[in-house]
Amino acid sequence: MRRLVILGGGTGGTIMANRLRKDYAEEALSITVVDQDDHHVYQPGLLFVPFGLADPEEISRTRHRQFHSGVEFLRVEVDRVDIDLDKVYLVDGTVLDYDVLIVATGARLVPEETEGMLGEGWMEKVFTFYTPEGAAALADALESFEGGRLVVNIVDMPIKCPVAPLEFAFLADWYFTERGIRDEVELVYVTPLDGAFTKPVASATLGSLLAEKGVELVTEFNTGEVDGAGGRLISYDEREVPFDLLVTIPVHSGAEYVGRSPGLGDDLDFVPTDEHTLQSKARANVFAIGDASAVPASKAGSVTHFEGEALTENVRRFLAGEELVAGFDGHANCFIETGFHKALLIDFNYDTEPLPGHFPTAAGPLTLMRESRLNHLGKLMFQWVYWHVLLPGRDLPGVGAEMSMSGKENP
Amino acid sequence: MSTTTIAGVQVDVNDEGFFEDPEQWTEAMAPDLARAEGIDELTDRHWQVLHFMRQEYFEKGTGPTVRALGKTSGVSVKELYQLFPKGPAKIAAKVAGIPKPRGCI
Repeated sequence: MRRLVILGGGTGGTIMANRLRKDYAEEALSITVVDQDDHHVYQPGLLFVPFGLADPEEISRTRHRQFHSGVEFLRVEVDRVDIDLDKVYLVDGTVLDYDVLIVATGARLVPEETEGMLGEGWMEKVFTFYTPEGAAALADALESFEGGRLVVNIVDMPIKCPVAPLEFAFLADWYFTERGIRDEVELVYVTPLDGAFTKPVASATLGSLLAEKGVELVTEFNTGEVDGAGGRLISYDEREVPFDLLVTIPVHSGAEYVGRSPGLGDDLDFVPTDEHTLQSKARANVFAIGDASAVPASKAGSVTHFEGEALTENVRRFLAGEELVAGFDGHANCFIETGFHKALLIDFNYDTEPLPGHFPTAAGPLTLMRESRLNHLGKLMFQWVYWHVLLPGRDLPGVGAEMSMSGKENP
Repeated sequence: MSTTTIAGVQVDVNDEGFFEDPEQWTEAMAPDLARAEGIDELTDRHWQVLHFMRQEYFEKGTGPTVRALGKTSGVSVKELYQLFPKGPAKIAAKVAGIPKPRGCI
Protein backbone atom coordinates (compact mmCIF):
# COMPACT_ATOMS: atom_id res chain seq x y z
CA MET A 1 0.00 0.00 0.00
CA ARG A 2 1.21 3.50 -0.84
CA ARG A 3 0.89 6.32 1.67
CA LEU A 4 -0.32 9.83 0.88
CA VAL A 5 -0.01 12.49 3.57
CA ILE A 6 -1.75 15.84 3.09
CA LEU A 7 -0.77 18.71 5.39
CA GLY A 8 -3.71 21.08 5.78
CA GLY A 9 -7.44 20.37 5.75
CA GLY A 10 -8.62 23.56 4.05
CA THR A 11 -9.74 24.06 0.46
CA GLY A 12 -6.79 22.39 -1.27
CA GLY A 13 -6.24 19.57 1.23
CA THR A 14 -9.91 18.62 1.30
CA ILE A 15 -10.28 18.70 -2.49
CA MET A 16 -7.19 16.52 -2.95
CA ALA A 17 -8.16 14.00 -0.27
CA ASN A 18 -11.64 13.58 -1.73
CA ARG A 19 -10.60 13.44 -5.37
CA LEU A 20 -7.88 10.86 -4.73
CA ARG A 21 -10.10 8.82 -2.37
CA LYS A 22 -12.53 8.39 -5.29
CA ASP A 23 -9.70 7.29 -7.61
CA TYR A 24 -7.97 4.76 -5.35
CA ALA A 25 -9.17 1.82 -3.25
CA GLU A 26 -8.22 2.08 0.41
CA GLU A 27 -6.01 -1.03 0.02
CA ALA A 28 -4.03 0.72 -2.72
CA LEU A 29 -3.52 4.14 -1.12
CA SER A 30 -3.87 5.38 2.43
CA ILE A 31 -4.81 9.04 2.75
CA THR A 32 -4.02 10.96 5.95
CA VAL A 33 -4.87 14.64 6.39
CA VAL A 34 -3.27 16.63 9.20
CA ASP A 35 -4.53 19.96 10.52
CA GLN A 36 -4.03 21.82 13.79
CA ASP A 37 -7.75 22.53 14.27
CA ASP A 38 -11.16 21.33 13.15
CA HIS A 39 -12.63 24.62 11.87
CA HIS A 40 -13.00 24.95 8.12
CA VAL A 41 -13.82 28.59 7.33
CA TYR A 42 -15.36 29.57 4.00
CA GLN A 43 -12.92 32.44 3.72
CA PRO A 44 -14.72 34.46 0.99
CA GLY A 45 -17.54 34.83 3.52
CA LEU A 46 -15.33 36.87 5.86
CA LEU A 47 -15.79 39.92 3.60
CA PHE A 48 -19.49 40.10 4.49
CA VAL A 49 -19.11 39.76 8.27
CA PRO A 50 -18.08 43.39 9.01
CA PHE A 51 -21.21 44.67 7.24
CA GLY A 52 -23.54 42.38 9.17
CA LEU A 53 -24.29 40.40 6.01
CA ALA A 54 -22.85 37.11 7.32
CA ASP A 55 -22.22 35.58 10.70
CA PRO A 56 -18.85 33.97 11.52
CA GLU A 57 -20.72 30.84 12.68
CA GLU A 58 -22.59 30.32 9.42
CA ILE A 59 -19.44 30.43 7.26
CA SER A 60 -17.60 27.82 9.34
CA ARG A 61 -17.98 24.04 9.49
CA THR A 62 -15.93 21.20 10.96
CA ARG A 63 -13.07 19.98 8.79
CA HIS A 64 -13.57 16.26 9.46
CA ARG A 65 -17.14 16.27 8.16
CA GLN A 66 -15.95 17.44 4.71
CA PHE A 67 -13.93 14.29 3.99
CA HIS A 68 -15.17 11.20 2.15
CA SER A 69 -15.03 8.03 4.22
CA GLY A 70 -11.66 6.35 4.09
CA VAL A 71 -9.76 9.58 4.71
CA GLU A 72 -7.93 9.62 8.05
CA PHE A 73 -7.95 13.02 9.79
CA LEU A 74 -5.40 13.88 12.49
CA ARG A 75 -6.00 17.01 14.51
CA VAL A 76 -2.44 17.83 15.52
CA GLU A 77 0.03 20.57 14.73
CA VAL A 78 2.90 19.74 12.38
CA ASP A 79 6.35 20.14 13.87
CA ARG A 80 8.42 19.65 10.71
CA VAL A 81 8.94 17.67 7.55
CA ASP A 82 12.13 15.78 6.77
CA ILE A 83 12.22 15.67 2.97
CA ASP A 84 15.32 13.44 2.96
CA LEU A 85 13.67 10.73 5.07
CA ASP A 86 10.09 11.19 3.72
CA LYS A 87 8.75 11.73 7.22
CA VAL A 88 6.40 14.22 8.87
CA TYR A 89 6.90 14.84 12.58
CA LEU A 90 3.86 16.01 14.53
CA VAL A 91 4.11 17.94 17.80
CA ASP A 92 2.51 15.07 19.77
CA GLY A 93 5.39 12.78 18.80
CA THR A 94 3.61 10.97 15.96
CA VAL A 95 5.79 10.28 12.92
CA LEU A 96 4.11 9.80 9.54
CA ASP A 97 5.96 8.10 6.67
CA TYR A 98 4.86 9.06 3.20
CA ASP A 99 5.33 8.06 -0.41
CA VAL A 100 3.72 11.29 -1.59
CA LEU A 101 3.32 14.50 0.41
CA ILE A 102 0.97 17.35 -0.48
CA VAL A 103 1.56 20.67 1.27
CA ALA A 104 -1.79 22.47 1.57
CA THR A 105 -1.39 24.53 4.72
CA GLY A 106 -2.21 27.86 3.11
CA ALA A 107 -0.99 31.28 4.16
CA ARG A 108 -1.10 32.88 7.60
CA LEU A 109 -1.21 36.51 8.69
CA VAL A 110 1.87 37.95 10.37
CA PRO A 111 0.79 41.40 11.65
CA GLU A 112 3.77 41.31 14.05
CA GLU A 113 6.07 41.91 11.06
CA THR A 114 4.81 45.49 10.73
CA GLU A 115 6.08 47.92 13.34
CA GLY A 116 3.34 49.14 15.66
CA MET A 117 0.50 47.16 14.09
CA LEU A 118 -0.19 45.10 17.21
CA GLY A 119 0.43 48.09 19.46
CA GLU A 120 -2.04 50.61 20.83
CA GLY A 121 -5.28 50.67 18.88
CA TRP A 122 -5.15 47.07 17.63
CA MET A 123 -8.71 45.72 17.58
CA GLU A 124 -9.90 49.16 18.71
CA LYS A 125 -9.32 51.25 15.64
CA VAL A 126 -6.95 48.96 13.73
CA PHE A 127 -8.66 45.83 12.37
CA THR A 128 -8.33 43.12 9.77
CA PHE A 129 -11.30 41.21 8.37
CA TYR A 130 -9.04 38.33 7.26
CA THR A 131 -9.75 36.38 10.48
CA PRO A 132 -13.18 35.46 11.93
CA GLU A 133 -12.33 37.31 15.18
CA GLY A 134 -11.11 40.39 13.33
CA ALA A 135 -14.13 40.45 11.00
CA ALA A 136 -16.54 40.16 13.95
CA ALA A 137 -14.78 42.92 15.92
CA LEU A 138 -14.78 45.16 12.84
CA ALA A 139 -18.56 44.65 12.52
CA ASP A 140 -18.99 46.28 15.94
CA ALA A 141 -16.55 49.08 15.09
CA LEU A 142 -18.35 49.87 11.82
CA GLU A 143 -21.71 49.91 13.56
CA SER A 144 -20.56 52.60 15.96
CA PHE A 145 -18.60 54.56 13.31
CA GLU A 146 -20.35 57.88 12.79
CA GLY A 147 -17.92 59.53 10.40
CA GLY A 148 -14.26 60.28 9.71
CA ARG A 149 -11.48 58.71 7.67
CA LEU A 150 -11.72 54.99 7.01
CA VAL A 151 -8.51 53.71 5.45
CA VAL A 152 -8.25 50.32 3.72
CA ASN A 153 -4.62 49.25 3.52
CA ILE A 154 -2.65 46.43 1.92
CA VAL A 155 0.75 46.24 3.60
CA ASP A 156 2.53 44.01 1.07
CA MET A 157 1.86 41.36 -1.57
CA PRO A 158 1.23 38.47 -1.82
CA ILE A 159 -2.08 38.33 0.04
CA LYS A 160 -5.00 35.95 -0.06
CA CYS A 161 -7.74 37.05 -2.46
CA PRO A 162 -6.12 40.23 -3.86
CA VAL A 163 -9.57 41.60 -4.79
CA ALA A 164 -11.05 41.37 -1.26
CA PRO A 165 -9.67 44.73 -0.04
CA LEU A 166 -11.23 46.42 -3.10
CA GLU A 167 -14.51 44.68 -2.40
CA PHE A 168 -14.31 45.94 1.18
CA ALA A 169 -13.95 49.53 -0.07
CA PHE A 170 -16.91 49.14 -2.47
CA LEU A 171 -19.09 47.57 0.21
CA ALA A 172 -18.12 50.28 2.71
CA ASP A 173 -19.33 52.92 0.23
CA TRP A 174 -22.65 51.07 -0.05
CA TYR A 175 -22.91 50.46 3.71
CA PHE A 176 -22.44 54.10 4.66
CA THR A 177 -24.77 55.22 1.87
CA GLU A 178 -27.47 52.92 3.26
CA ARG A 179 -26.87 54.33 6.74
CA GLY A 180 -27.26 57.84 5.34
CA ILE A 181 -23.84 59.02 6.53
CA ARG A 182 -21.76 58.54 3.35
CA ASP A 183 -21.02 62.30 3.26
CA GLU A 184 -19.49 62.08 6.74
CA VAL A 185 -17.06 59.33 5.73
CA GLU A 186 -13.83 59.70 3.77
CA LEU A 187 -12.85 56.39 2.18
CA VAL A 188 -9.18 55.91 1.29
CA TYR A 189 -7.54 52.90 -0.39
CA VAL A 190 -3.80 52.58 0.26
CA THR A 191 -1.83 50.01 -1.74
CA PRO A 192 1.82 49.16 -2.42
CA LEU A 193 0.88 48.52 -6.07
CA ASP A 194 1.05 51.24 -8.74
CA GLY A 195 -2.71 51.00 -9.34
CA ALA A 196 -5.91 49.49 -8.01
CA PHE A 197 -4.94 45.98 -9.15
CA THR A 198 -2.00 44.03 -10.48
CA LYS A 199 -3.05 43.62 -14.13
CA PRO A 200 -3.38 46.69 -16.42
CA VAL A 201 -6.90 46.34 -17.92
CA ALA A 202 -8.49 45.32 -14.61
CA SER A 203 -6.46 47.96 -12.77
CA ALA A 204 -7.93 50.69 -15.00
CA THR A 205 -11.51 49.39 -14.64
CA LEU A 206 -11.28 48.94 -10.87
CA GLY A 207 -9.47 52.28 -10.48
CA SER A 208 -12.34 54.08 -12.27
CA LEU A 209 -14.83 52.26 -10.08
CA LEU A 210 -13.04 53.48 -6.95
CA ALA A 211 -13.12 57.04 -8.32
CA GLU A 212 -16.82 56.73 -9.22
CA LYS A 213 -17.59 55.67 -5.68
CA GLY A 214 -15.55 58.51 -4.22
CA VAL A 215 -12.76 56.34 -2.80
CA GLU A 216 -9.38 58.09 -2.77
CA LEU A 217 -6.58 55.90 -4.15
CA VAL A 218 -3.05 56.13 -2.70
CA THR A 219 -0.55 54.02 -4.66
CA GLU A 220 3.03 52.79 -4.19
CA PHE A 221 2.63 53.18 -0.44
CA ASN A 222 4.86 50.67 1.36
CA THR A 223 3.63 50.60 4.94
CA GLY A 224 6.54 50.69 7.36
CA GLU A 225 4.70 51.54 10.56
CA VAL A 226 1.23 51.74 12.04
CA ASP A 227 0.78 54.42 14.69
CA GLY A 228 -2.50 53.38 16.25
CA ALA A 229 -2.49 55.98 19.02
CA GLY A 230 -1.81 58.84 16.59
CA GLY A 231 -4.00 57.37 13.85
CA ARG A 232 -1.29 57.38 11.19
CA LEU A 233 0.00 54.96 8.57
CA ILE A 234 3.65 55.71 7.82
CA SER A 235 5.43 54.45 4.73
CA TYR A 236 9.10 53.50 4.51
CA ASP A 237 9.70 56.62 2.43
CA GLU A 238 8.11 58.67 5.23
CA ARG A 239 4.78 59.55 3.71
CA GLU A 240 1.81 59.59 6.11
CA VAL A 241 -1.85 58.71 5.74
CA PRO A 242 -4.06 59.68 8.72
CA PHE A 243 -6.98 57.47 9.76
CA ASP A 244 -9.77 57.28 12.29
CA LEU A 245 -10.43 53.62 11.48
CA LEU A 246 -7.88 51.38 9.77
CA VAL A 247 -8.83 48.19 7.96
CA THR A 248 -5.51 46.56 7.19
CA ILE A 249 -4.46 43.43 5.36
CA PRO A 250 -1.30 42.34 7.23
CA VAL A 251 1.59 40.66 5.45
CA HIS A 252 1.27 36.93 4.80
CA SER A 253 3.65 34.02 5.23
CA GLY A 254 3.38 30.29 4.72
CA ALA A 255 2.86 27.94 7.67
CA GLU A 256 5.46 28.08 10.44
CA TYR A 257 6.47 24.39 10.19
CA VAL A 258 7.60 25.06 6.60
CA GLY A 259 10.30 27.29 8.05
CA ARG A 260 11.29 24.49 10.43
CA SER A 261 11.63 22.00 7.55
CA PRO A 262 15.04 22.41 5.89
CA GLY A 263 14.83 22.72 2.11
CA LEU A 264 11.04 22.85 1.87
CA GLY A 265 10.16 26.55 1.73
CA ASP A 266 11.42 29.96 0.64
CA ASP A 267 12.22 33.06 2.74
CA LEU A 268 8.53 33.70 3.37
CA ASP A 269 7.78 29.99 4.13
CA PHE A 270 5.94 29.41 0.87
CA VAL A 271 6.87 26.25 -1.06
CA PRO A 272 8.69 26.83 -4.38
CA THR A 273 6.64 24.82 -6.84
CA ASP A 274 6.60 24.20 -10.58
CA GLU A 275 3.86 26.52 -11.80
CA HIS A 276 2.43 24.03 -14.29
CA THR A 277 2.93 20.56 -12.72
CA LEU A 278 2.58 21.69 -9.05
CA GLN A 279 5.49 19.46 -8.08
CA SER A 280 7.63 21.15 -5.43
CA LYS A 281 11.17 22.11 -6.29
CA ALA A 282 12.25 20.50 -3.00
CA ARG A 283 11.62 16.83 -3.87
CA ALA A 284 9.91 14.86 -6.65
CA ASN A 285 7.45 13.26 -4.21
CA VAL A 286 6.41 16.54 -2.60
CA PHE A 287 3.65 18.62 -4.19
CA ALA A 288 2.00 21.89 -3.13
CA ILE A 289 -1.47 23.30 -3.75
CA GLY A 290 -3.23 26.56 -3.03
CA ASP A 291 -1.97 29.47 -0.95
CA ALA A 292 0.92 27.39 0.49
CA SER A 293 2.74 27.28 -2.85
CA ALA A 294 4.88 30.05 -4.28
CA VAL A 295 3.48 29.78 -7.83
CA PRO A 296 2.84 33.19 -9.44
CA ALA A 297 -0.97 32.81 -9.36
CA SER A 298 -3.51 34.56 -7.14
CA LYS A 299 -3.96 33.07 -3.70
CA ALA A 300 -7.64 32.29 -4.18
CA GLY A 301 -10.02 29.38 -3.73
CA SER A 302 -10.82 29.18 -7.43
CA VAL A 303 -7.12 28.81 -8.23
CA THR A 304 -6.88 26.01 -5.67
CA HIS A 305 -9.90 24.28 -7.19
CA PHE A 306 -8.45 24.42 -10.71
CA GLU A 307 -5.06 23.29 -9.41
CA GLY A 308 -6.85 20.32 -7.81
CA GLU A 309 -7.78 18.89 -11.19
CA ALA A 310 -4.22 19.15 -12.50
CA LEU A 311 -2.64 17.88 -9.29
CA THR A 312 -4.93 14.83 -9.06
CA GLU A 313 -3.69 13.75 -12.48
CA ASN A 314 -0.05 14.35 -11.53
CA VAL A 315 -0.26 12.43 -8.26
CA ARG A 316 -1.73 9.53 -10.23
CA ARG A 317 1.09 9.80 -12.77
CA PHE A 318 3.73 10.02 -10.07
CA LEU A 319 2.41 6.91 -8.32
CA ALA A 320 2.34 5.07 -11.65
CA GLY A 321 5.89 6.15 -12.47
CA GLU A 322 4.74 8.18 -15.48
CA GLU A 323 5.93 11.59 -16.61
CA LEU A 324 4.04 14.55 -15.09
CA VAL A 325 1.85 16.74 -17.25
CA ALA A 326 2.09 20.57 -17.26
CA GLY A 327 -1.64 20.77 -16.62
CA PHE A 328 -2.12 23.99 -14.65
CA ASP A 329 -2.33 27.27 -16.58
CA GLY A 330 -2.73 29.69 -13.65
CA HIS A 331 -6.51 29.90 -14.09
CA ALA A 332 -8.28 32.19 -11.59
CA ASN A 333 -11.95 33.15 -11.51
CA CYS A 334 -13.14 35.73 -9.00
CA PHE A 335 -16.35 37.55 -8.32
CA ILE A 336 -15.78 41.12 -7.12
CA GLU A 337 -18.61 42.52 -5.00
CA THR A 338 -19.19 46.17 -5.86
CA GLY A 339 -22.12 46.91 -3.53
CA PHE A 340 -25.75 47.81 -4.28
CA HIS A 341 -26.46 44.11 -5.13
CA LYS A 342 -23.98 44.04 -7.99
CA ALA A 343 -20.68 42.35 -8.73
CA LEU A 344 -18.00 42.07 -11.40
CA LEU A 345 -16.40 38.84 -12.54
CA ILE A 346 -12.80 38.37 -13.65
CA ASP A 347 -11.36 35.27 -15.33
CA PHE A 348 -7.66 35.01 -16.17
CA ASN A 349 -4.51 32.88 -16.12
CA TYR A 350 -0.71 33.17 -16.24
CA ASP A 351 -0.73 34.49 -19.81
CA THR A 352 -4.07 36.25 -20.21
CA GLU A 353 -4.99 39.17 -17.98
CA PRO A 354 -8.63 39.78 -16.96
CA LEU A 355 -10.54 40.96 -20.06
CA PRO A 356 -14.07 42.26 -20.57
CA GLY A 357 -16.74 40.05 -22.17
CA HIS A 358 -19.11 37.29 -21.13
CA PHE A 359 -18.73 34.11 -19.12
CA PRO A 360 -18.53 31.16 -19.48
CA THR A 361 -19.19 31.76 -23.20
CA ALA A 362 -20.14 34.70 -25.45
CA ALA A 363 -23.78 33.86 -24.64
CA GLY A 364 -23.20 34.65 -20.96
CA PRO A 365 -25.04 34.62 -18.66
CA LEU A 366 -22.36 36.31 -16.52
CA THR A 367 -20.52 39.50 -17.52
CA LEU A 368 -16.76 39.89 -17.28
CA MET A 369 -15.33 43.16 -15.88
CA ARG A 370 -18.77 44.78 -15.95
CA GLU A 371 -21.11 45.06 -12.99
CA SER A 372 -24.30 43.01 -13.00
CA ARG A 373 -26.87 41.73 -10.54
CA LEU A 374 -26.45 38.18 -11.79
CA ASN A 375 -22.76 38.26 -10.87
CA HIS A 376 -23.77 39.25 -7.35
CA LEU A 377 -26.19 36.30 -7.16
CA GLY A 378 -23.37 34.10 -8.49
CA LYS A 379 -21.13 35.27 -5.67
CA LEU A 380 -23.78 34.52 -3.05
CA MET A 381 -24.56 31.11 -4.53
CA PHE A 382 -20.91 30.23 -4.55
CA GLN A 383 -20.90 29.41 -0.86
CA TRP A 384 -23.27 26.50 -1.53
CA VAL A 385 -21.15 25.44 -4.50
CA TYR A 386 -18.04 25.52 -2.28
CA TRP A 387 -19.35 23.07 0.34
CA HIS A 388 -21.31 20.83 -2.02
CA VAL A 389 -19.37 20.77 -5.29
CA LEU A 390 -15.78 21.97 -4.82
CA LEU A 391 -14.85 20.32 -1.52
CA PRO A 392 -16.35 16.92 -2.38
CA GLY A 393 -14.06 17.01 -5.44
CA ARG A 394 -16.63 17.41 -8.19
CA ASP A 395 -16.05 19.44 -11.35
CA LEU A 396 -17.87 22.73 -11.94
CA PRO A 397 -20.30 22.22 -14.83
CA GLY A 398 -19.40 24.48 -17.77
CA VAL A 399 -16.18 25.79 -16.19
CA GLY A 400 -13.00 23.95 -17.14
CA ALA A 401 -9.81 23.87 -15.13
CA GLU A 402 -8.10 25.43 -18.14
CA MET A 403 -9.08 29.02 -18.87
CA SER A 404 -11.11 29.49 -22.04
CA MET A 405 -10.94 32.51 -24.39
CA SER A 406 -14.61 32.01 -25.26
CA GLY A 407 -16.61 35.18 -24.59
CA LYS A 408 -13.57 37.34 -23.92
CA GLU A 409 -13.08 40.58 -25.87
CA ASN A 410 -9.61 41.70 -26.80
CA PRO A 411 -8.91 45.26 -25.64
CA MET B 1 10.91 46.73 -26.53
CA SER B 2 13.40 49.39 -27.53
CA THR B 3 17.13 49.98 -27.48
CA THR B 4 19.00 52.54 -25.50
CA THR B 5 22.64 53.39 -24.99
CA ILE B 6 24.09 53.08 -21.51
CA ALA B 7 27.77 53.79 -20.79
CA GLY B 8 28.36 53.72 -24.54
CA VAL B 9 26.81 50.29 -25.10
CA GLN B 10 23.48 49.48 -26.83
CA VAL B 11 21.09 47.42 -24.68
CA ASP B 12 17.48 46.20 -24.99
CA VAL B 13 14.99 47.58 -22.46
CA ASN B 14 11.21 47.35 -22.06
CA ASP B 15 8.72 50.27 -21.97
CA GLU B 16 9.48 50.93 -18.32
CA GLY B 17 13.27 50.85 -18.78
CA PHE B 18 13.93 47.40 -17.33
CA PHE B 19 16.58 45.25 -19.03
CA GLU B 20 15.21 42.56 -21.34
CA ASP B 21 18.45 40.57 -21.17
CA PRO B 22 20.39 40.73 -17.88
CA GLU B 23 23.46 39.35 -19.70
CA GLN B 24 23.81 42.70 -21.50
CA TRP B 25 24.40 44.46 -18.16
CA THR B 26 27.88 45.33 -16.90
CA GLU B 27 28.96 46.94 -13.63
CA ALA B 28 30.16 49.97 -15.61
CA MET B 29 26.51 50.74 -16.53
CA ALA B 30 25.25 50.87 -12.94
CA PRO B 31 26.34 54.45 -12.09
CA ASP B 32 24.50 55.82 -15.17
CA LEU B 33 21.40 53.76 -14.44
CA ALA B 34 21.47 54.92 -10.82
CA ARG B 35 21.78 58.60 -11.76
CA ALA B 36 18.70 58.25 -13.99
CA GLU B 37 16.85 57.17 -10.83
CA GLY B 38 18.15 60.09 -8.79
CA ILE B 39 20.92 58.18 -6.99
CA ASP B 40 24.11 60.21 -7.35
CA GLU B 41 26.59 57.84 -5.87
CA LEU B 42 26.60 54.07 -5.48
CA THR B 43 27.99 53.11 -2.09
CA ASP B 44 29.17 49.66 -0.96
CA ARG B 45 25.72 49.13 0.55
CA HIS B 46 24.09 49.84 -2.83
CA TRP B 47 26.44 47.34 -4.46
CA GLN B 48 25.65 44.72 -1.86
CA VAL B 49 21.97 44.97 -2.82
CA LEU B 50 22.66 45.08 -6.57
CA HIS B 51 24.80 41.94 -6.46
CA PHE B 52 22.24 40.20 -4.29
CA MET B 53 19.44 41.12 -6.76
CA ARG B 54 21.34 39.59 -9.68
CA GLN B 55 22.27 36.48 -7.74
CA GLU B 56 18.59 35.95 -6.75
CA TYR B 57 17.46 36.56 -10.32
CA PHE B 58 19.82 33.98 -11.79
CA GLU B 59 18.90 31.43 -9.09
CA LYS B 60 15.14 31.93 -9.03
CA GLY B 61 14.16 33.55 -12.30
CA THR B 62 12.78 36.70 -10.66
CA GLY B 63 14.11 39.48 -8.47
CA PRO B 64 13.07 39.43 -4.78
CA THR B 65 10.35 41.58 -3.22
CA VAL B 66 11.28 44.29 -0.71
CA ARG B 67 10.24 42.04 2.15
CA ALA B 68 12.37 39.14 0.95
CA LEU B 69 15.25 41.57 0.38
CA GLY B 70 14.92 42.82 3.96
CA LYS B 71 15.05 39.26 5.28
CA THR B 72 17.89 37.92 3.18
CA SER B 73 20.11 40.64 1.68
CA GLY B 74 21.68 41.73 4.97
CA VAL B 75 20.21 45.22 4.49
CA SER B 76 17.09 46.15 6.51
CA VAL B 77 13.92 47.32 4.76
CA LYS B 78 14.34 50.75 6.32
CA GLU B 79 17.86 51.11 4.94
CA LEU B 80 16.74 49.74 1.57
CA TYR B 81 14.36 52.70 1.30
CA GLN B 82 17.17 55.07 2.22
CA LEU B 83 19.37 53.56 -0.50
CA PHE B 84 16.67 53.33 -3.19
CA PRO B 85 14.04 55.85 -2.03
CA LYS B 86 11.43 55.36 -4.75
CA GLY B 87 10.96 51.61 -4.18
CA PRO B 88 13.91 49.32 -3.49
CA ALA B 89 12.75 46.20 -5.34
CA LYS B 90 11.87 48.08 -8.53
CA ILE B 91 14.71 50.60 -8.59
CA ALA B 92 17.39 48.11 -7.55
CA ALA B 93 16.16 45.72 -10.25
CA LYS B 94 16.42 48.47 -12.84
CA VAL B 95 19.93 49.50 -11.77
CA ALA B 96 21.02 45.83 -11.49
CA GLY B 97 19.87 45.18 -15.06
CA ILE B 98 17.25 42.53 -14.32
CA PRO B 99 13.54 42.46 -15.31
CA LYS B 100 10.88 44.00 -13.05
CA PRO B 101 10.28 41.64 -10.10
CA ARG B 102 7.11 39.60 -10.51
CA GLY B 103 6.45 39.76 -6.75
CA CYS B 104 2.84 40.84 -6.85
CA ILE B 105 0.11 38.93 -8.56
